[in-house]
Amino acid sequence: MTVENTMTGQDAAPQPFAELGLTGPEYQRIRDLLGRRPTDAELALYSVMWSEHCSYKSSKVHLRQFGEKAPRSEAMLAGIGANAGVVDIGHGWAVTFKIESHNHPSYVEPHQGAATGVGGIVRDILAMGARPVAVMDALRFGPADAPDTRRVLPGVVSGISFYGNCLGLPNIGGELAFDPCYAGNPLVNALCVGVMRHGDLKEAIAEGPGNQVILLGSRTGPDGIGGASVLASATFGATGEGGESAKRPSVQVGDPFLEKLLIECCLELYREDLVTGIQDLGAAGVACATTELAAAGTGGMRVRLDEVPLRDRSLGPPEILMSESQERMMAVVTPANVPRFLAVCARWGVQATVIGEVTGTGRLEMTWHGETVVDIPPGTAADEGPVYQRPLARPDGQDDLAADDPARLARPDGGPALRDTLLRLLAAPGLADSTWVTEQYDRYVRGDTVLAMPEDGGLIRVDEESGLGVALATDGNGRYTLLDPYAGAQLALAEAYRNVAATGARPLAVTNCLNFGSPEDPGVMWQFAEAVRGLADGCLELGVPVTGGNVSFYNQTGRTAIQPTPVIGVLGVHDDVRGRLSIGFGTEGAPVVLLGRTGDEFGGSAWAQVVHDHVGGRPPRVDLAAERALAGVLADAAAAGLLDAAHDLSDGGLAVALAESCLRGGHGARVTLPGDPFTFLFSESAARAVVAVRPGAEAEFTRLCAERGVPAGTIGAVGGTSLDVDGCFTVPLAELAAAHRGTLPAIFGPASTAPAVTS
Amino acid sequence: MTARVGVITFPGSLDEDEAARAVRRAGGEPVALWHDEPGLRGVDAVILPGGFSYGDYLRCGAIARFSPVMAELATAARAGLPVLGICNGFQILCEAHLLPGALTRNAGLHFVSRDLRLRVESTRTAWTRAYTEGQEITIPLKSGEGAYAAGQGTLAALEAGGQVVVRYLANPNGSVRDIAGVSNEAGNVVGLMPHPEYATDGLTGPGTDGLGFFASAVSALTEVAR
Repeated sequence: MTVENTMTGQDAAPQPFAELGLTGPEYQRIRDLLGRRPTDAELALYSVMWSEHCSYKSSKVHLRQFGEKAPRSEAMLAGIGANAGVVDIGHGWAVTFKIESHNHPSYVEPHQGAATGVGGIVRDILAMGARPVAVMDALRFGPADAPDTRRVLPGVVSGISFYGNCLGLPNIGGELAFDPCYAGNPLVNALCVGVMRHGDLKEAIAEGPGNQVILLGSRTGPDGIGGASVLASATFGATGEGGESAKRPSVQVGDPFLEKLLIECCLELYREDLVTGIQDLGAAGVACATTELAAAGTGGMRVRLDEVPLRDRSLGPPEILMSESQERMMAVVTPANVPRFLAVCARWGVQATVIGEVTGTGRLEMTWHGETVVDIPPGTAADEGPVYQRPLARPDGQDDLAADDPARLARPDGGPALRDTLLRLLAAPGLADSTWVTEQYDRYVRGDTVLAMPEDGGLIRVDEESGLGVALATDGNGRYTLLDPYAGAQLALAEAYRNVAATGARPLAVTNCLNFGSPEDPGVMWQFAEAVRGLADGCLELGVPVTGGNVSFYNQTGRTAIQPTPVIGVLGVHDDVRGRLSIGFGTEGAPVVLLGRTGDEFGGSAWAQVVHDHVGGRPPRVDLAAERALAGVLADAAAAGLLDAAHDLSDGGLAVALAESCLRGGHGARVTLPGDPFTFLFSESAARAVVAVRPGAEAEFTRLCAERGVPAGTIGAVGGTSLDVDGCFTVPLAELAAAHRGTLPAIFGPASTAPAVTS
Repeated sequence: MTARVGVITFPGSLDEDEAARAVRRAGGEPVALWHDEPGLRGVDAVILPGGFSYGDYLRCGAIARFSPVMAELATAARAGLPVLGICNGFQILCEAHLLPGALTRNAGLHFVSRDLRLRVESTRTAWTRAYTEGQEITIPLKSGEGAYAAGQGTLAALEAGGQVVVRYLANPNGSVRDIAGVSNEAGNVVGLMPHPEYATDGLTGPGTDGLGFFASAVSALTEVAR
């Protein structure tokens, strides 16, 4: 179907806009914008560009707050709107980082879904001009022992392992959580961080009429067609016949080897200064790359779609535009540079094809064997999509949830019961040792990994000489957010901020992946609006701007949405990574100090969930001023060499944190609790950490805490081969280890300790 | 005179930068070699780094062994040039028949990334003379196809000839006889699955136990030059 046909009225048949995910009014809007029927290629292009996934049409009105309430920060070099935000970390270095969801593909086809999630976020970082240097994954599944979790989890982990390891990017942390609400809708959120010199920043812009448009990387195939509009943007799993299998072709297939070549090729193109603009191809493929490049530029663009190299020659313009084939980039190159550009691509064995040029017409035009099949103002597809102020309503059950106070739950009484509670929490799948997962990831590659899981945050050295580095952590808690979305988002932010600080770094910037149910459900939309408001307010108060992120809606099975789960990534700077802090207790006799205030706070706690299967009441109180003070103490103490270890307190409270620090460092600890043992052991009050002070530095550390107004109480000392809680219980490290490390291998099978093949 | 140690980059190599840093930390000078440029640029030794050369398509190392650089390397190795293959480099050396045996999928079928205890069994090779026989060292392993396999006759010959270079104390992947690395008969060509280059900086690795591999070659070559 050509533009000419639509003008002459030769095509009058009804168009399949609904099948492509467009509403009637949206379809009419396209007709009004063009002043005619769209061609089938144009209809395909608008349908993917105006999909929820690409256009943020339901979330835009709320996300604006991240810009409006952004704290003053001189560190921002590029912000929201770019492929990923860019932050100045000093010494001429900049970092770019972003987290993105690949939830729906990972449920349909766990291995490829998760693998291509890594590939997609890595290309986002590459497109900014940076070298990708590390990845992280925040994963949430249904109950660990559910049969379908045994299909999804191993597949997701093997996909991340396969793709990330083969790319040569260290995996330095993330999360692993389980809840029945994710059974039909796992969350697979992938984060990537990249490093560049200030001058290396690249823009996704098509400028300079006559400049050539080059598609490089993989050939285009029929995979992932409609991924953005169908998989990620509509109620999922509720379709009748066909159901899950009907959507399988919408999942892309990844080739990490090709992506590795693409990375090295692009970095060489940047070094040789052969690129004037570049964009990665992710959701909505060629449609998205061409419209966004053209819309960001001042002129227009002409593209010959028949020049796009194909894996399947039966594909026509709509399929080529919508395909989400992986490992592709689109570059704008001056004519004089084209020969050198193609030579670099040839050296890396990367296919590169000139498919069009920048024009001065202000139109995005595409031809197919000489006939015009697309002729639109690119801004109408890229920036002027529909914007919805969706109705929102506080769910009816919200007050009942809040009123269902965990105070009514039976609490363990006496030493033996407290001891059992600790062992039970340590063995719960979401709190248990996650080595079964993380051992499948390469944490060493590139040689700059200073900290990785199970530490509080990952830490990557950027500059070997100065010791400059960046720390990263992601956190989210669906239970807290369900009970109070505003507070829940702030608690996720606070925990990631605290985790970064616990490595000794200073938190600097924020990325987020907002996982919610259907925006067409007013209750879900209320959760979303509250969470975004909470996050924007929290970032303002903590002085850390949001640099970018991703929204994932339609995370629900039938009409049941997941718990609202904003996953927050925080990036911090370490002036000298040699001063990093581990969670492990490493020095016999080092005083153990509890920082922060502990209250009786069990709403949404791990204890309530694991022991009583209960989610209700109020989440822990948010005190961002206290978080800021605590982070300041941790960073200053690390820089001054006052601490031997630091661990943030979160799920499972002090008891779980102490056990983890003992196991990590291989030393026991003896502590005396300053109040009600149950509360001090298991409460999840925020703005707290436990530290081991370097012997001899006690006075200086106490003075620092007092200066900053951070409550600090010495509760014991590192030492021995067991965790002793005075007057309550003693647990040998071996017993802690057995409880903590046995759970995942028992469910998912021994990963790697197979017997030797002896002969 | 400083020993010049070549590090080959194949498409899909990942660990060449860290191998080069390890050479530097051991006092040598790393020299970058490119897979499709024949010629070894007069280096004194060569490292084949880890990674997924050619995506490990077909079989690990099966395509890389046909790279233009490999022809001259094979000749030089047979003439006594010190050559170290780490992980994917070990797989390539086996595919090229410069070392006996083969690497197969880990028992358990998962990628394994873990710090491991190894015992140095032979110190007569070009890459292990800085160690003492029986020395136990800690080095990371990170591989999915690291299970060493060889026929009975080959194994007997390896044991008899002192060609088993390092063994796992706790076998992580089903390698036959806990073998983590082997050498050729002459001892100039060594391959191992664990990554000594990631144990040369205490800040980013489990310690500096891996430095001995690089120091062995660099100091010997420097001595020869004197």
